[in-house]
Amino acid sequence: MSTLPTRKKPPRVGDNPIFRRTLIGIVLVLVAFVIVAPLIIIGVEAFSKGWVVYRDTIIHPDTLHAIGLTVLAALIAVPVNTAFGIAAAWAITKFDFWGKRFLLVVIEIPFSVSPIVAGVAYLFVYGLQGLFGPLLDAYDIKILFAVPGIIIASMFVTAPFVARELIPLMQAQGRDLEEAATSLGASGFRTFLSVTLPNVKWALLYGVILCNARVMGEFGAVSVVSGNIRGQTNTLPLHIELLYHDYQAAGAFASASILATIAVFTIIAKVLLERQGAGRVRKTANPAEKIA
Amino acid sequence: MRRRNVLPGLPLSLGVTLFYVGLIVVLPLVALVFKAASLGPADYWQIVSSPRAVASYRVTVLSALGATIFNLFFGLSLAWVITRYRFPGRRIVDAVVDLPFALPTAVAGIALTALFANNGWFGSVLESWGIKVAYTPLGIMIAMCFTSLPFIVRTVQPVLEDLDPALEEAAQSLGGSDWTIFRKVILPLLTPALLAGVSLSFARCLGEFGAIIFIAGNQPMSTEITALLIFIRLEEYDYQAAAAIASVLLLTAFFMLGITNWLQARALRYTVKG
Repeated sequence: MSTLPTRKKPPRVGDNPIFRRTLIGIVLVLVAFVIVAPLIIIGVEAFSKGWVVYRDTIIHPDTLHAIGLTVLAALIAVPVNTAFGIAAAWAITKFDFWGKRFLLVVIEIPFSVSPIVAGVAYLFVYGLQGLFGPLLDAYDIKILFAVPGIIIASMFVTAPFVARELIPLMQAQGRDLEEAATSLGASGFRTFLSVTLPNVKWALLYGVILCNARVMGEFGAVSVVSGNIRGQTNTLPLHIELLYHDYQAAGAFASASILATIAVFTIIAKVLLERQGAGRVRKTANPAEKIA
Repeated sequence: MRRRNVLPGLPLSLGVTLFYVGLIVVLPLVALVFKAASLGPADYWQIVSSPRAVASYRVTVLSALGATIFNLFFGLSLAWVITRYRFPGRRIVDAVVDLPFALPTAVAGIALTALFANNGWFGSVLESWGIKVAYTPLGIMIAMCFTSLPFIVRTVQPVLEDLDPALEEAAQSLGGSDWTIFRKVILPLLTPALLAGVSLSFARCLGEFGAIIFIAGNQPMSTEITALLIFIRLEEYDYQAAAAIASVLLLTAFFMLGITNWLQARALRYTVKG
């Protein structure tokens, strides 16, 4: 946030009133068409057959099961990725070791890989023709086309979310406070809980919320590994696809409206957390560069 | 100068990190590459250069290019409007920019299809002008535009915010017109961030799946994207072909990741920052 000067500033580039109004107008129209309209049509289509159809879709056992599975995936994948993010941020920002830059790039890989590629890759680890496939089969452990596969694929896709928020911030904050706490006799966990965590709590929450939104909405990777078994391995996004291709558009949009509501709340939470300063350090610098 | 590090927890935190990254990120990708490599060069080449695969690369790359070019202009204008102007609703616009990231791709896919189908709000109007969007490459482009828009806005926005007004004032005092100053002073400063945003956006378009498959029509040779072709090969239990084509997408992703990191490094080299 910059403080606004009280004296009247000379016009800056692009402050010509006609240009300014035209540009704002064009941008607002495009935002309305490209970003806002899709959100509105979800609500309109969801209720196109009336409230009763909407309610019946939501309370249908298949939908409830899909909601349950989506929540379960989030309840496991988000805490695991949070723990990973904290561990990675602590190792990378509090210590110097060989290969640190490379590790940072590897952590960010899931952002660049297509979810479909991720799903396929998991087939070749846990599938029958994969690395562990025969072993898992011998012990009758099902990972693919079952709930564990869905959770692991979600973990891949969202692995970097928390780490990416914490690393630049903890890097910027340095090591002095933690060193002081340690030299006064605090244990590692005590130092983290009482010294580091209070300084990064908003960024942590920010990462957790974005991670959660992505886990709940993941489609591509999950659709490869889930097997799409109705009432068994369907998450909410997969359930939407199933209803849509079943010519139950109103039902698909009703289910979609749940995820759209979560998306809207995610954005509201994001704005509120940004007011607390979360997400700002990342915006101003590339973590890989700052650490080099 | 390097001090002795007194902080505890390196073995635990680094151990957890390496174990998790190894198991969740590296192992599957290595398994995929091995599977693709097990094909042997002749078979591999035959699969990845088959006409249907090449047609899928073509439609994916061309649509991604179109979407990225559109987003370059739209994203830059959006970032400019949000940072340089004050108007009612500015904060709301700033917040909704993230909607494409927050909205699940499948949800975006059915919403865009409903809008652009020939009986939809936009589709019916465009149809009367003779433009078909849903189930054509144009639909693929629109889905890609939607999902990748925030990348360019969010990479350019911080640079625009930090732009030193003195540079513009100096150019103005020398008599430069707004357009000249934008072209010769502002744009060069934005270029590294713009390029980084463009490469992120393009990479995302190449891998996008959920938002596209609903609106694309998915006809082989014309509206079938590479990610979908992989999925179809899997459904046919042709795992080797799926691995081979997925490896092409994976290598492209690594290539784009390399370009993005290089561009971001360059972007920081030319900004004055501590």
